[in-house]
Amino acid sequence: MRVPLNWLAEYVDLPGDATPDSVMAELVKVGLEEEGSHGFDVTGPVVVGKVLEFIPEEQSNGKTIRWCQVQVAPEGETAADGGEAVRGIVCGASNFEVGDKVVVCLPGSVLPGPFAIAARKTYGHVSDGMLASGRELGLSDDHGGILRLHELGLDPKVGSDAKELLHIDDQAAEINVTPDRGYCLSIRGVAREYSHATGAAFRDPAGNAEPQSTSGFELTVEDLAPIRDKAGCTRFVLRQITGLDSTRPTPPWMISRLKLAGMRSVSLIVDITNYVMLELGQPTHAYDFDKLQGGIQVRRAKKGETLKTLDGVVRKLDPEDLVIADDSGAIGLAGVMGGESTEVSDSTTTILIEAASFDPVTIARSARRHKLHSEASKRFERGVDHSMAKHAVARVVQLLEVHARGEAQWFGADYRGYQPQPTIWLPEEFSSQLVGVEYTPEEISQVLHDVGCVVAHVDGGFEVVPPTWRPDLKHKTDLVEEVARITGYHRIPTRLPIAPPGRGYTRAQQQRRKVANALAAAGVTEVLNYPFVTDAQLGWVAVAGLASTQAGAAGLPAAVKLANPLQGQAGSMRVSVLPALVEAAARNHSRGLTNLAIYEIGSVFHPAKNVTKTADLPVGNERPASAVLAALEATIPVQPKHVAALFLGDRNQQQVGTKSEAAGYEDAIQAARTIGLAVGADIQVRQASPKGFHPGRTAELFIQNADGQQVVGYAGELDPALAAENHLPRRVGALEINLVLLGALAPAVVQADAVYTQPAATQDVSLVVAQNIPAASLSAAIVEGSGALLEHIQLTDDYRGQGIPEGHKSLTFALRFRATDRTLTQAEASEAKAAGVALANERFGATIRG
Amino acid sequence: MTSENPISAAHVEVVVNEALSAIAAAADLAALKGIRASVLGEQSQIVALNGQLGKIAPEFKAEAGKIVGQARGQLTQAYTAKETELFAAEERAKLAAEAVDVTAAPMTARLGARHPLALLQETISDIFVGMGWEIAEGPEVENEWFNFDALNFDADHPARAMQDTFFVDPVESHLVLRTHTSPVQVRSMLEREVPIYVLCPGRVFRTDELDATHTPVFHQVEGLAIDKNLTMADLRGTLEHFARSMFGPEAQIRLRPSFFPFTEPSAELDVWHPGAKGGARWVEWGGCGMVNPNVLLAAGIDPEVYSGFAFGMGIERTLMFRNDVKDMHDMVEADVRFSEQFGLVL
Repeated sequence: MRVPLNWLAEYVDLPGDATPDSVMAELVKVGLEEEGSHGFDVTGPVVVGKVLEFIPEEQSNGKTIRWCQVQVAPEGETAADGGEAVRGIVCGASNFEVGDKVVVCLPGSVLPGPFAIAARKTYGHVSDGMLASGRELGLSDDHGGILRLHELGLDPKVGSDAKELLHIDDQAAEINVTPDRGYCLSIRGVAREYSHATGAAFRDPAGNAEPQSTSGFELTVEDLAPIRDKAGCTRFVLRQITGLDSTRPTPPWMISRLKLAGMRSVSLIVDITNYVMLELGQPTHAYDFDKLQGGIQVRRAKKGETLKTLDGVVRKLDPEDLVIADDSGAIGLAGVMGGESTEVSDSTTTILIEAASFDPVTIARSARRHKLHSEASKRFERGVDHSMAKHAVARVVQLLEVHARGEAQWFGADYRGYQPQPTIWLPEEFSSQLVGVEYTPEEISQVLHDVGCVVAHVDGGFEVVPPTWRPDLKHKTDLVEEVARITGYHRIPTRLPIAPPGRGYTRAQQQRRKVANALAAAGVTEVLNYPFVTDAQLGWVAVAGLASTQAGAAGLPAAVKLANPLQGQAGSMRVSVLPALVEAAARNHSRGLTNLAIYEIGSVFHPAKNVTKTADLPVGNERPASAVLAALEATIPVQPKHVAALFLGDRNQQQVGTKSEAAGYEDAIQAARTIGLAVGADIQVRQASPKGFHPGRTAELFIQNADGQQVVGYAGELDPALAAENHLPRRVGALEINLVLLGALAPAVVQADAVYTQPAATQDVSLVVAQNIPAASLSAAIVEGSGALLEHIQLTDDYRGQGIPEGHKSLTFALRFRATDRTLTQAEASEAKAAGVALANERFGATIRG
Repeated sequence: MTSENPISAAHVEVVVNEALSAIAAAADLAALKGIRASVLGEQSQIVALNGQLGKIAPEFKAEAGKIVGQARGQLTQAYTAKETELFAAEERAKLAAEAVDVTAAPMTARLGARHPLALLQETISDIFVGMGWEIAEGPEVENEWFNFDALNFDADHPARAMQDTFFVDPVESHLVLRTHTSPVQVRSMLEREVPIYVLCPGRVFRTDELDATHTPVFHQVEGLAIDKNLTMADLRGTLEHFARSMFGPEAQIRLRPSFFPFTEPSAELDVWHPGAKGGARWVEWGGCGMVNPNVLLAAGIDPEVYSGFAFGMGIERTLMFRNDVKDMHDMVEADVRFSEQFGLVL
């Protein structure tokens, strides 16, 4: 809401030096946040001039200019800029005549732009100023010619200040009005709030014109389909005005105020209805009476009914739309926009003025449905004071009588369908109990009275009837807010509540944080990505740690789809973190960051089974039954947290004394080990070829426990084709783990083994096996065969080539033996090793390398 | 019996001096070892003298034995001392030769980093866990009832329009991407016993295009306390403690009247940020208020017995003014250079 200060000052005392900033600084105290200030930005010697003569001069470019002599100060006096009283000015417009009074911007003046006026040489003359158009002054969009003051009904003194004359020396404060304060979309409401903030005297503009009762016009208000039991129309006032001269100009002060408030001047009648809406917050509408056919009905639209609105658009109406109709059909979309068929024009002499109150929900739905958010609908959506209707009509009548020479008639109507104001019981102690400030009963009573309530202080509390302009005051807490904000939030003291002993972070929260920190410490950098993916990306990689993926269309995993994705953004919720990470890697790569180790921890989304439609939602202000809550819960997708990582380029770049090492599947598997360490789970690996990964360089990650094996994710390398598609190098280490699943599988408590201190015996063994035998299997056989004496085993070499049979490899293991109760001899160690080798031989045909 | 002792002190002294000169002249351990035989070995003069002891007259034996023994001891000592000295010198030379330029030490493993939005959520969570609060979480794809209805947004509230909220297809499924972390508050009230003190950090969604100050995917942290006798003073005290923990002991807070469907009375929250770049100043930080009775009713909590307060702020916004991050793009583009500035701390 933009508030011209001179307008505001009519209804509340402003200090003489008030500025938009000072006014906003006061209003913010009562909850109206500042948005900014507006002005015409016209300064300097802008005066009234009189055209004495002009000579049209055709130019070589085909344009005709006028070389004018303009009187800019009374004869014998100096002009506002200190110069001569008559000036030579070049003007490109041709809409004026000798004798016209016009606005002259003398050298030294500045117009919006900023555009500084100076004497300058043009078209062979020195033009000593400029004749201004409405647009150049910021008053209108009219640039068809210069402003002729008599057309505005003005005949001012030559040389007088045109800024003052046109009221373009005013400024406006713009404030943000929260949805509960619809009445502040008016000068009336803002003046009242300014009074609350400062204590300055408030004068209600509703008192500007005396309402008169009207009757005789045929009005029917009938709502056969109220929305949520609320009738669409609760007040409808009509009054006829005759004998209008619609061609008369809108007075400059009104144009200025409308413009500062952000509205355009259209015509006198429309300007007056807008002016009254801005002043009182009550939208009004003028019908050309002679274009009306019969009486007026307020009703819901009929099926298939159409309406051509004032903006020239033919609109298909919905049976939920509330319309104003005459015998010809709909002539207006109630509370949103009038219709073209009864629009006022320059030839209009008789009008019917409407001021009404409509159900906020009805109007909000219509405005949204037709994407037609007008100044009127903005106010009706927030609730309009039904008691303002007759005042608004009276004010329109008053202004039309003065400026359009109209004559108000008794002919009209007044429908009243509103409910009486509720009474709210406010216990005396309640305000203090909720705010923590000791308010006296007198204070509470005074504040509520000041905001317009009728207050009765009775035993133990207050009976409060809120004013008609405050539909937001419904509950005693709403009244408490009034008490708190009007007396000031600065009075609220400080107290720190003592929470009961907390249990700290949950296990899952701790695990997630440990994984995040461990990966960062292990050299991987955390990034965050949007969870939106394209359909194609849904199918990029196998979903980690999901036993059975629900099938979606085209063989893709089922996904949560957005009904309204942003333009240019993917429209599905991710089922894996890796695709976004691949995109992130590509973005980094394209920025020259080619050695990357990145990870993300985030949710993935799997739709709940068979959710297409849920029943109507339960109401908001009572706890739903457990079955209803369970049904709501069942609609919600499963959303486990995953961790994913990518490794590309060099693990370590070449440095002093070191060679570069290329990243690959090893980094992914090492990251899996790090994650296992962080959550306390023993992650094991086995060869696998999940979708989207390199078929020969990828592991399935699993946890072995009493219940068997549970796959939690994958680690290896991206399928090189997928990497290439994304402009990434061929080798990209990739990992994804379902962190929720992994965390749940980790043992809750670590059971410790004793640490023995008897001397160890170390031995190596090299075994030759077929190349397809996994090292882990061979290692497991050695461990099992060697028995309890084998404390540690480490694969140290994989040799293939000379000396090893075709299709075979030699794996070397370093073994460490230890007895728990004695010093082990080498002979005992050798015996244990031999047992291990024997089992490896039995299982895999492994032989000791000769 | 007046003949002279055949092993005279003078003679021994000559032998000793010769040997000492040879020891002193050794330039390195190898040279010293090279002369060992000639000064202390079987072929050395001193050992030869020692061998003669058996052959001299008995009356001279004691004295000669003493002289030779002392000389031998002296030489052994000199040799050992020289050996120690030369060893130390050679060690020093060896260490000098091993010197490296420590400023060029190679990275043996790369260093990673956390994302500051994640770190900031953890920092804030730690402050509240320290006060005994618990951290509550909930789904990002949420049923509308939890996101709107239970929070006193009725079916026609403008926030429920398609231009603000991401809806899941089909719209009749009543699923949305949560527009705030407040549904977690609703879930906390439904699932927990009063008194409730929870903090809800997490990711939220609005249909805003990405620009320097907006992103469709962002993070919030909200707090909720439900107890007997809670007032706006408790809200203010909690926020003040929070602000000081985040921005230092000079931080202050300021409340301004405002409106939210789920709180009444409601307030905007400003924080006096003493460490702001360019000088201490007031910064808009978030919103707060006393929990609206309709919200308590939705969770089955009797508003006549219990009251509560709630507050919320944007993590991105907090990071922007706390750490002088100027452009939202930096937070969402996953450029590793952004995270790397922070490492493991903010």
